[in-house]
This record gives sequence, C-alpha cells and structure tokens, in this order.
Amino acid sequence: MKTYRIQLMVCTGTGCVSNHAFDIKSALEKEIAKHNLQAEAEVVTTGCNGFCGAGPILVVQPDGIFYQTLKVSDIPFLVEEHLLKGRPVKKLMYVPPKEKAPIPKMSEIPFFSDQTLIALRNRGMIDPENIDDYIARGGYKALAKALTSMTPDEVLQEIKKSGLRGRGGGGFPTGIKWETCKKAEGSTKYVICNADEGDPGAFMDRSIIEGDPHSVIEGMIIGAYAIENVREGYIYVRMEYPLAIKRFNIAIEQAKEYGLLGERIFDTDFSFNIYVRRGAGAFVCGESTALMASIEGKPGEPRAKYVHTVEKGLNDCPTCLNNVETWANVPQIILKGADWFSSIGTGDVTHDPWGGSKGTKVFSLAGKVNNTGLVEVPMGITLRDIIFKVGGGIRDGKKFKAVQTGGPSGGFIPESLIDLPVDYEELTKVGSMMGSGGMVVMDEENCMVDMAKYFLKFTQEESCGKCIPCREGTKRMLDILERITVGKGREEDLDLLEELSMMIVESSLCALGGSAPNPVLTTLKYFRDEYIAHVRDKKCPAHVCRQLLTFTIDPQICLEIGHGCGMCKKNCPDGAIIGETKKVHYIDPMKCGKCGICYDVCNFEAIKVE
Amino acid sequence: MAKLKIEDLEKIADDYKRKMTVREGGGRVKVTVHMGTCGIAAGAREIMNTFVSEIEEKNVKDVILTTSGCAGLCSEEPMITVEVLGQAPVKYSKLTPEKAKKIFEQHVLQGIFVKEYALSIGSEKVQ
Repeated sequence: MKTYRIQLMVCTGTGCVSNHAFDIKSALEKEIAKHNLQAEAEVVTTGCNGFCGAGPILVVQPDGIFYQTLKVSDIPFLVEEHLLKGRPVKKLMYVPPKEKAPIPKMSEIPFFSDQTLIALRNRGMIDPENIDDYIARGGYKALAKALTSMTPDEVLQEIKKSGLRGRGGGGFPTGIKWETCKKAEGSTKYVICNADEGDPGAFMDRSIIEGDPHSVIEGMIIGAYAIENVREGYIYVRMEYPLAIKRFNIAIEQAKEYGLLGERIFDTDFSFNIYVRRGAGAFVCGESTALMASIEGKPGEPRAKYVHTVEKGLNDCPTCLNNVETWANVPQIILKGADWFSSIGTGDVTHDPWGGSKGTKVFSLAGKVNNTGLVEVPMGITLRDIIFKVGGGIRDGKKFKAVQTGGPSGGFIPESLIDLPVDYEELTKVGSMMGSGGMVVMDEENCMVDMAKYFLKFTQEESCGKCIPCREGTKRMLDILERITVGKGREEDLDLLEELSMMIVESSLCALGGSAPNPVLTTLKYFRDEYIAHVRDKKCPAHVCRQLLTFTIDPQICLEIGHGCGMCKKNCPDGAIIGETKKVHYIDPMKCGKCGICYDVCNFEAIKVE
Repeated sequence: MAKLKIEDLEKIADDYKRKMTVREGGGRVKVTVHMGTCGIAAGAREIMNTFVSEIEEKNVKDVILTTSGCAGLCSEEPMITVEVLGQAPVKYSKLTPEKAKKIFEQHVLQGIFVKEYALSIGSEKVQ
C-alpha cells in the first residue's frame, strides 16, 4: 500500500458539504498536484466532525492541525505553507471566543477535548464509503467475537449487563427489549434501525450514518444474532437524508461483498440481510407502530399498543426496533465488555435496568451557543458543562435563559437547574426528557411563549390526525398561544392551557400527542411570569412578540443627532410617522403596524422599543 | 471481492496500519524534517524523499513523518529531529540522503542513535 506522510481529512458531513467541502477537496487536490506532492499527501473525505458551526473543516494529520471556515481561495496558501514548507497557517485556525491566540491542534480545542467518543468513535478518522477504513479501526471485530466465541444468550446478557438504554427517546433498556423479542413466539423475527430522525435541530443520527454507517450495520447483525430467528433487518431512513441513504447503501453492498451480510456469515450457520426503506418524512413515522406500518406500505399512523411491537410488529412478527445511536453502541460493548460500558455514566444497573444511565449520549447543540454542532458526552455531565465548556458559552456575551432538550416532545430547563446532571430520570423529573438528543440553547432575547408556540406548531402540523386529543387538542392549544402572543390573551388562558395539556397527555394514542404539550407545560412552570406579562400587561419582556411592542421616537436624539432625517418616515409602510425634515418625528400609535422597519432603518438609534 | 474470513480482518487492519498511524497522529517514532527556506535550499526535500522511500521499501508502519519550519541554525541545514516515543528528541544536521538512510536504519528502526551526525539530544549538545 502507498505511503503518504500526510493525510488531509476533509469533513464531508452534510453541514460542511453545503458549505462547499467538495470544492475544498478539489482545490486541495489541484494544489497538491501543482506542487508535485501527490506521492506525499492524500486527501480523504470523512464523515461529520461535529463542529458544524466551524465548517468547512480540514484536519491535517499526523500533526492534528485543525483548520476551519475554509474558502477555496485559502487553499493555495495553505498547501504551500503547511504541506510544502511545514508552517501551519495560523489565520485559518480556531480561536476561542473572547481570545486572540489560535489553538492549532484539534485535540486541544475544548469542544473536542471534553468529549467521550463511543458512538462517534470513528469520527473524522475514516472514509465512510470505504469498509476497509472501518475494519482498520477495529470494525467487525465485535461481530467476529460474538459469532465465534459467544452464544446468542451470552451476547444478550452482555448488552443487558451494560445498562445500554434506547437513545431514540424513551430510554427503554435495550437488553430487556431484545430479551422480550427473543422470548416472543414466532419463527420469523425482524430487527429495525430507526433512522427517521425528525426533531427540529437534531442531526446526530444523520451524522452517525453519514460518518460511520458500518457501526450501525455491525450493531444490527449482532442484535439479530442475539435475538435469533432473525434473517432480515430494515433501516428506516427519511427521504430528506439523501447522503445518509447513499452511504448506507454503499456500506450494505460492501458488507455483502465481504460476506459480512448474507448467507453463512464467517462460515457459521448464521445468515442475515439488511434492506433500506425510505420514509417520506412524516414526523410520526419515528413512532414504532407508525414506522412499521410505513414499511409495510400502509399509511404511517400509529396504533394502540395493547400488544407491543416486540410481540407483534412488522408483518405481525416479533420485531426489535432500536435507534441509530443505540445500534452504533452495540459493537463497542461486545468488544470492550459490559463492565467497561457501565463504568461510564450514572446510577447502578446491576439489579434495576432503569437504575441508571450508562455510557455516553450524542447531542446536537444548537441555538445561541458559540460552538454549535454535534457532541458526545458521558451521561451524568451537567448541562452547564455541555453549554459552557463544550459549547463555549452563549453567543455575543448574552445571558443564558433556558435550554430545550428532547426536541418538540421535550421541555425547557431554566437557568436555576443548569447544574442538573444529564441522565434519563433527572431530565424527566424536571418535565423534560432525554429524547433523541436535541439541545437548543436560548438567551435573554428569546421569548419563552414564542418558543413554546414554535415547538407546538411543529407537533401540531405533524399530528397524523388519527386520534382526536392530539389532532384537535394541539390545535386549540396553538390557538390560545397565538392569541397570547398578539395581545389578546386572558389570564384564565394559562389554566386552560394546563387543563388541555393534561387531557392530551392522558388520552393521546401515541407518544407524539403524549409529549406534545411538554414545551408548553415546562414554560408555564418555569417562566410563568413571562406568560403573565403577555396576558396581563400585554408586554413581551424579550421584545419578540411584535404585536405587544410599542415603538416611540426619542425626540432629543431625533432632532439633535439625527437632525430629523426622515428615514423612518420614508420607509414606514403604514404612514404612521409624522414630522418634517430637520424637525422632530413622532409615531402615531393608532396607525403603527408594529413592523419594526423604523427601528431597523434609523441610523441614530432614536427608535425606542418597549 | 471474496468472502472474508476472520483472519482477513486482521490482515486488512495490518495493511492499513501505516495510514491509521498517520491519521491518529500516534506512532513509535516521529521524524521531523526542517523545511524552512534555508532547509529547502540546502536539500531538505531530498532528505524527505529518502525517508518516504525508506518507509515504503521497508514496509514500516509505526513511523510518522512530518515537517516544521526553520530551527534557527540555517548553516546546519538540512536538519531533522528524530523522536522515539519516551526518549529525548535528537537533532541531526548537515544531512545527505546517505546519512539519512543510515539514521533511518539505525536510529529509527533499531533505536540506536547515530552519534557522528547528531547535533544535540534534547537541549544538550553532542560533543
């Protein structure tokens, strides 16, 4: 094999690709050829590095130099300086917020150094479209170990002992799920990978598939072996993830060529195949029964779960459904052992599978935080550490207000609870949930009523309409929130919202409705003052709900500094501004449509908002 | 592609080991070629090429090769620094491809440092 002394790892996760990572790659190849360095440097495309806010990303190995926000025009200089002359280019490196000195090495950037990688273990190290890269990092070793030196029961016990719990939302112990499916009657069983990630702001499953599809496939093969009587597995992935679908298909083909999928794997009696099924992108299809209905070609609607899917799932056969991240954890547990896995995290799972949260969790950190992207952290880490250490704190020096975990089904956690350890039970206790791992950070400029409305609007639109509480209930809740944000709210609305929420939670058919009111309930609990300001004083303290704002012009600034420039008057679509050039201007509150254009166009900050 | 046997996993991993050593930035030995303008003018590129071909020829998988700028002793170029894991770095000066080959065989592969070409060990000068 060819010797390269330099490996240029170009991130080609979706985030970097949309920032022209492939152009960066071609530019690198062109410059390398120009300097005749083809024999020394190899350009490798990798999956998502997680630091999506800094994309496009390039990591130069073996020195581990991290370059960010690259442009094609940076490449000639970079290649000449770094590759030819051995001088890493400082101006393209990461500089921490509020600091001046760049950090050259990827391993020393806090965003990366404070993470613990299990599911993302091959992050940025392999080409996801090359199975050999995966094998070179220890891939399929766990499968070999399971198939040749462990019985299916032993594999199952190992997963049970590890304390692994579902990473898709509910946190159900994976071992128990496998065991129930194994014990269920039937000679045909299925395993499914749920890659129907639909939460706004969540992209961890997509990144795992795009960056390391074989880790999921290996996990599924091991699962199928442990459960027994499983000859087929399905990956249900949404249509909106074209790159993920492509990489899954390539990975499955490569695994088949190597005989890692198909008949008699590693010359044992065990045979197994995986098929990709594409979903049309309905949020509800992430729910187990709706997902299976969709694979069967039926409308993606949930059913009541008197009989669980582990007993009667796909084609009425026992089916074990796990999320992408859960499957990706499995090979590492088999390879390194349950004790290693359960040494990370909180609680004790030796007697009670619900007794703790083990291993790590991948979060997509989004919102008003400096380092947005994907982070994998050990369970039990505090929200403060995730947001302020890994995330680098709040953007533009603003004040932290709340963090929303668990996507639209989760809740808002206020600043007073920021030292809360991240753990399934702890998050549920405060009214939120682990969910699939979305984490949206909010600062003082976010209105909590408006945010609750945003998340509820999402679930309302995604409600499949099969059961009335979810279909009608969420609609009425949204009506009330809408009314509050335009200043027509009543004080009794708050109690009404709570009452409706309780009813929806209790009587919805599936977890979509069952968890949809969470954003409203938690904001009512922790930010009631803000609701009261909206309904009683008709004010929005965060200055977000425009209908509740009053725009006025400071006469002194307008006249003395702006000399009555008339910019506001010229731009006002409602003709609400009175005044002549070089004289003080006023806003007629009766005519003002509260569009805020005057505020945006005034060069002298004379427009005041309350 | 043929169906894999369990031994094949190790074989693939072994084939890729050199590449992975570079990617992971690990390795048993790190050789740094000083590639300042002075170094390049004195023939550092030739030294670099010598190491690349030696690594390839002898199929060595745990050595990483990297570059740095000028070390401040321009009259002593071409220079390299050899760092065996856990030992003090050794600087060699006024190199030629022949000298580089000898250093590779003795110091890099066997861990015996080549006194006659060495300039310093750690921060100490070699007499």
